Amino acid sequence: MFPWRKKTFSRGVHPDGNKSTAGSPIRRMPFASRMILPLAQHIGKPAVPLVRAGEEVVRGQPIARANGFLSVPIHAPADGVVESIELKPSARGPWVESIVIRVYEASTQEIRWAEPRDLDALSPKELLQVIQDSGMVGLGGAAFPSHAKMTVPGEFAIHTLIVNGCECEPYLTCDHKLMREHPDDLMQGIRIAMRAIGAGRAIIGVEDNKPDAAAAMRARLPADGAISVEVVPTKYPQGAEKMLIKSLLGIEVPPGKLPMHVGVVVNNVGTLTQLGQILPAGQGLTERVVTVTGPGIKKPGDYWVPIGTPMRTVLEWAGAQDVSEREIILGGPMMGQAVASLEVPVTKAVSGILVFDRRHIEAPASRRSYPCIKCGECVNVCPMGLNPSMLGMLAARREYDLMSSDHHIGECFECGCCTYVCPAHIPLVQQFKVAKAILRERVAAKAPAHESGERFDFGAPPTHGRKPSVHPD
Amino acid sequence: MEMMSGIAVAGAFMAVLGTLLAWLLAVANKRLYVYEDPRIGEVEEYLPKSNCGACGTAGCRNFAEQVVAGEIVPGKCTVNAPEMNAYIASFLGVSLGDVEKRVARLACAGGSHVAYVRAHYQGLGSCRAAATVSGGGKACAWGCLGLGDCESVCDFDAITMNSFGLPVVDADLCSACGDCVEVCPKDLFSLQPVSHKLWVACRSRADGDVAEAQCEVACTACGKCVMDAAPGLIRLDNNLAVIDYAKNRLASAVAIERCPTGAMVWLQDGQAVKGREAKKIIRIEALPMRANVV
Repeated sequence: MFPWRKKTFSRGVHPDGNKSTAGSPIRRMPFASRMILPLAQHIGKPAVPLVRAGEEVVRGQPIARANGFLSVPIHAPADGVVESIELKPSARGPWVESIVIRVYEASTQEIRWAEPRDLDALSPKELLQVIQDSGMVGLGGAAFPSHAKMTVPGEFAIHTLIVNGCECEPYLTCDHKLMREHPDDLMQGIRIAMRAIGAGRAIIGVEDNKPDAAAAMRARLPADGAISVEVVPTKYPQGAEKMLIKSLLGIEVPPGKLPMHVGVVVNNVGTLTQLGQILPAGQGLTERVVTVTGPGIKKPGDYWVPIGTPMRTVLEWAGAQDVSEREIILGGPMMGQAVASLEVPVTKAVSGILVFDRRHIEAPASRRSYPCIKCGECVNVCPMGLNPSMLGMLAARREYDLMSSDHHIGECFECGCCTYVCPAHIPLVQQFKVAKAILRERVAAKAPAHESGERFDFGAPPTHGRKPSVHPD
Repeated sequence: MEMMSGIAVAGAFMAVLGTLLAWLLAVANKRLYVYEDPRIGEVEEYLPKSNCGACGTAGCRNFAEQVVAGEIVPGKCTVNAPEMNAYIASFLGVSLGDVEKRVARLACAGGSHVAYVRAHYQGLGSCRAAATVSGGGKACAWGCLGLGDCESVCDFDAITMNSFGLPVVDADLCSACGDCVEVCPKDLFSLQPVSHKLWVACRSRADGDVAEAQCEVACTACGKCVMDAAPGLIRLDNNLAVIDYAKNRLASAVAIERCPTGAMVWLQDGQAVKGREAKKIIRIEALPMRANVV
């Protein structure tokens, strides 16, 4: 509409990129001797096991089925035998039901459980079913089932598919390389997604720090002009879906609404590239690209990692020494979470593993937080236009209901910009995570059990059956 | 003359208006009158006014309304002194109600001297926040994080953290309001009648060997208590001993005697008594970090 409008959103921050792994190609990681596949790797209901202990499985075989609409199946990442189905530690903390596979040494990369299919013959509805059967979730880190994101209720007409290739988190380069190395698969995946959601055009948004990826994709654009590549300024959190919609289309998604309310669906490039690879071949999601980097890693790079590989194996392969003296973060440094156990497996949601030395992370003394001086820096950077300073003070007083009703904490997507700039080192985003978790529990306690965790419960991590427990009389 | 009539008109107008409004108020007073039992205010006077919600109502006023309406017995207020509740009961001429005192109880005994940590948590000093970071770094994913959210949320100062980082509940001060139950990210608190003396101080669902490697006082689900106790009182559920309090009258200290880790305790006079075969732990310093614990 306004050609002179700068293609970006308001506020945000500019952390150092640290994308030192961007130059090298993606490498492949060998199978671990034992794979751990949690049944709840996605948002929604945990999958239901289809195998029993002692059963042999081949690479690509479905080993757990989706439990209802908001759920996806899980596929065996390697040939082997199911050792057990038991509780195993998860990256989030609680132990979760997982399928443990002992991998045969002779297991090959070949995916034997596959049936190539003609996607053009499928209706959009059948296409969505096929996407669910492939076990695909949002590979950007949210792990929201892809078919659910692409299922558009009748009242919305989708005009644009936005393909998110921003990768605004520092250190991560996995999406960058997929765009550069697999543009054909990406185009195929975009075609599939456009048909599934009924969009007439697709825009790939790439940050301007990845000119080679933009060039590689431009070289493969189809002639009909339905797909275009747009370069947006490098700024964090450009890759958040509401920010990217604002940047590319100039549309603001109203509070509490989803992109589909403004006729847009956003998908990550990683998700669509993998879709373009596995859907025509009729395979399931068995591996993903993970950036393994950071000062504590000897062989940093991006790897095709079979889903279910224990963190310890990945780090040993990438050359991390004496991990007990380091800080390990799953995901990017802004939104990622530190992980406490190396037995935790790489799940569908893991986009990066960062390893920092003790000396690279600030000493606890300088991390001490001071009272808020009302400088307003956090207000200047909050991409959602919230008032983190006020929210922080309310959180300290446990006024969670007020945070929700008057200060829209529900709009916060935990990007961490406020905490990044706070000169008083107040752990704002951590307080907001706590507040949101408590508010979710309160809502769940009020709602009838079957309604909580349904269709639009975005952002809510799997709850693992947490119930309000007051002892009955 | 002109001025006089003006004053008269204004005066008359005001008089008519005043009468009209007074009449309106009189009608409204009759028509919109809501009868409120004066006893509600009286009862409220004798309540603690802490609005803690322990009784299950929205607050003390709401409780007073329900007591007067006969929907709830005065004894349900656990914060009030018993003689105050007895006074309310006699004032209203209702029975006090047979309400047993309940206290908040922690299902964990894994202090820093017996439970391993696999990683050091540095960050916002709250259990809730720590729990969002990979569970908080404690080896046992079910155990108490010891950062004291329950201590800070308690309005009655009934909870204090001991030197091992475990909350200790003062049964006399505890009003069973349930704030600690809500705030604990690991769901370790529950409100228990004081007659529930047999207690499993563990929530670990890990396999016995794993649980014991993570914490020296974990329930390993060995099943000895199940064998020793009255039939049906204790059962094993997913690697944890679970007491069926519906059969509480069968409970006795016999069940704790052979517990090898001392996870099964008998609560008496504010003390958790361990069985004779429970391993004796005299360590007082915290255990070192153990990154490779399963």
